[in-house]
Amino acid sequence: MQLIDKNLIAKKRSGRLTLNNAMKWIFFLCTMVGLIVLVTLIVDTLMDAVGYLNMDFLTNFSSSRVESAGFYGAIIGSLWLMLVTVPVAIFLSVATALYLEEYAPKNKVTDFIKINISNLAGVPSVVFGLLGLAIFVRAMAMGNSVLAAGLTLALMILPVIVVSSQEAIRSVPSTVREASIGMGATKWQTVSRIILPAAIPGIITGIILAISRAIGETAPLVVIGVPTTLLVTPDGLLDSFQAMPMQIYAWIKMPQEEFQYLAAAGIIVLLAILILMNSVAIFIRNKFSRRY
Amino acid sequence: MVNIMEANTITKNPGTAVLEDRAQAGTQETAERIPVFKTNNFNLWYGDNHALQDINLRFNQNEVSAIIGPSGCGKSTFVKALNRMVELVPIVRTEGEILYRDQDIFNRKMTVEELRTKVGMVFQKPNPFPKSIYDNVAYGPRVHGIRKKKVLDEVVEKSLRDAAIWDEVKDRLNENAYGLSGGQQQRICIARALATEPDVILMDEPTSALDPISTTKVEDLMHELKKNYSIIVVTHNMQQAARVSDTTAFFYQGYVVEHDDTKVIFGNPRDQRTEDYVSGRFG
Repeated sequence: MQLIDKNLIAKKRSGRLTLNNAMKWIFFLCTMVGLIVLVTLIVDTLMDAVGYLNMDFLTNFSSSRVESAGFYGAIIGSLWLMLVTVPVAIFLSVATALYLEEYAPKNKVTDFIKINISNLAGVPSVVFGLLGLAIFVRAMAMGNSVLAAGLTLALMILPVIVVSSQEAIRSVPSTVREASIGMGATKWQTVSRIILPAAIPGIITGIILAISRAIGETAPLVVIGVPTTLLVTPDGLLDSFQAMPMQIYAWIKMPQEEFQYLAAAGIIVLLAILILMNSVAIFIRNKFSRRY
Repeated sequence: MVNIMEANTITKNPGTAVLEDRAQAGTQETAERIPVFKTNNFNLWYGDNHALQDINLRFNQNEVSAIIGPSGCGKSTFVKALNRMVELVPIVRTEGEILYRDQDIFNRKMTVEELRTKVGMVFQKPNPFPKSIYDNVAYGPRVHGIRKKKVLDEVVEKSLRDAAIWDEVKDRLNENAYGLSGGQQQRICIARALATEPDVILMDEPTSALDPISTTKVEDLMHELKKNYSIIVVTHNMQQAARVSDTTAFFYQGYVVEHDDTKVIFGNPRDQRTEDYVSGRFG
C-alpha cells in the first residue's frame, strides 16, 4: 500500500520552488530599502556639503559668520570625548560581561541583573544626560568637561557592549573551556588565553555599534551643557570642549540657509571619522576571527 | 530486570575486595601494584539524583584501568570526579573520599589547579583550542609558567612523538589545529595532555568520535603510554576494554558491580550482570 500520493507531491513541488524563490527576492528588497535610504541620505547631504568641504572648514573654529565658520573645535572635541568614552566603556562592559558569564553564580539574582542590563539599553539617551548632569557635572563637580561627558556617554553605551560581549562569550564552546581548566589552568588564564581571544570578534561588533551611537549622540551633551561656540580645543580631561553632533545641531538651528550646508559638511566629516574608527575595529576583528 | 536491581543493593563491590585481598596477600604479581587513586565510600548527587553510590575502587600505577557500563551508569561522572571537573556542574554534591597518592583530593591543601596538573584529561570529543598545533601542545607548560622557547620546543616535540602524531604534523606546527582530521585532533589533545607531564591521564571515551583506524592508533598509544603514565579510560566499547586494559570496573546504575583484572571480568566474572553485559546480552 502506498501511503504517500506521488501525484500530490509532484503537484506541490512547483509551489514550494516558487515560494523558495520569492523569499529570496523579498529579503533582497528589504535589504534594498535600508540601502537606498542610506545612499539617498548620504548623496543628499554630500550635495549640500560639497561647496563647504574644504581645508578652511576643517581648520577653523566655530563662528557666527558663515565664511569663517569651521568644524575644527568640534572634531578635536569629539576625538577627546571618544578618548574617554571608548576605553572606559570597553573596560567596564567586557569586565561586566565576563563576570556575569564566567564568574557569577548561576541564580535568580544573576538572571535578574542580566535582564535589567538589556533593559538599560532601551533607556532614552536624554535620561543618561540627566544622570551625567546630576552625578558627574554637579555632584562630582567636573563641570561640562570632556571627562563628565565622556563618562556619561560611556554609561550610555555600556549595555550594548555588555549584551553583545555576553553573547560572544557564551558562544565559545564549553569543550575548549573544559580542556583548559582540565589542564590545571586557572580561571583567569582560561579567560584571558582562550575565552577572550575567541570572543573578541563578537565583542568588537558590539563596540562598533556602540561607538557609532556614541559619536553621533546629541541629547546627553545638550543636557550636560556642552558649548556650541568655543574658540579653543581642550588641553586636558577637565576642560570644556565642543562636539561634532552639538555643532551640527547648532548650525541646523541657525536661520541663515548657508548654515544648513555647513551642517551637511559636518555630517560628512562625522561619518568619515566614524568609518575610519570602525575600520580599525574591523581590522582587529578580522585578525582575531577564527573558525570552530 | 527487577532481580538485577534488587541484587544491586546487596552486593555492591565484590570485585574491589578481591583486588584489595590480592594486594594484601602480597603475591609476586600484585606486590608491585602501587595505587594512584583510591576511593572510599564515594557518593555523588546531581541535585536529588544519587548518581554514584558507595564507590570503592583502586587504580594502579602504570596500568590501563577501564571503566565500562551502559549509558547513564555514572562512569563519565566518576572519572570527572577524579580531577574534580564534575564540580563545574553547580548542583553537584559529594560525600566520601577520593585519595590521589594517599592525599584526599577534596582537602583544602590540594588546590584543583594542582590536582588537574597531575591528573590530565582527554575528552570524548576532540577539543583542540583554535590555535596552532604548537600553541595547543605548549598551552599546558605555558600556563604553568614555562616561557623558555627551547624548553617549549622540546616539550612540544616529545609530546607529539609520544602521542604518535609527530611525523604527521612536524612540518605544519604553526597551522591551526582545526585543519586536522578528527583522529589527528584527538592525538593532538593527547599530546596536549602529555605536555604537562601528568602522573595520571583520564580518558573519557577518547575514541567514540573516531574512525576505526584512528581508534586503533589511540589504543596502541594507551599501551605505549602506560609505561610512563597511569591511565584510567572510560569506554563504551567492550572489545576496547578487553584489548587495552589491565583492570576493568563494571558500573551499573551508579554502583560498581564488579572490579577485577580484565581477564577475570571478561573470562570468568563473578557477577551474573557483568557476564550478561560483557557478553552483550544487555547494555
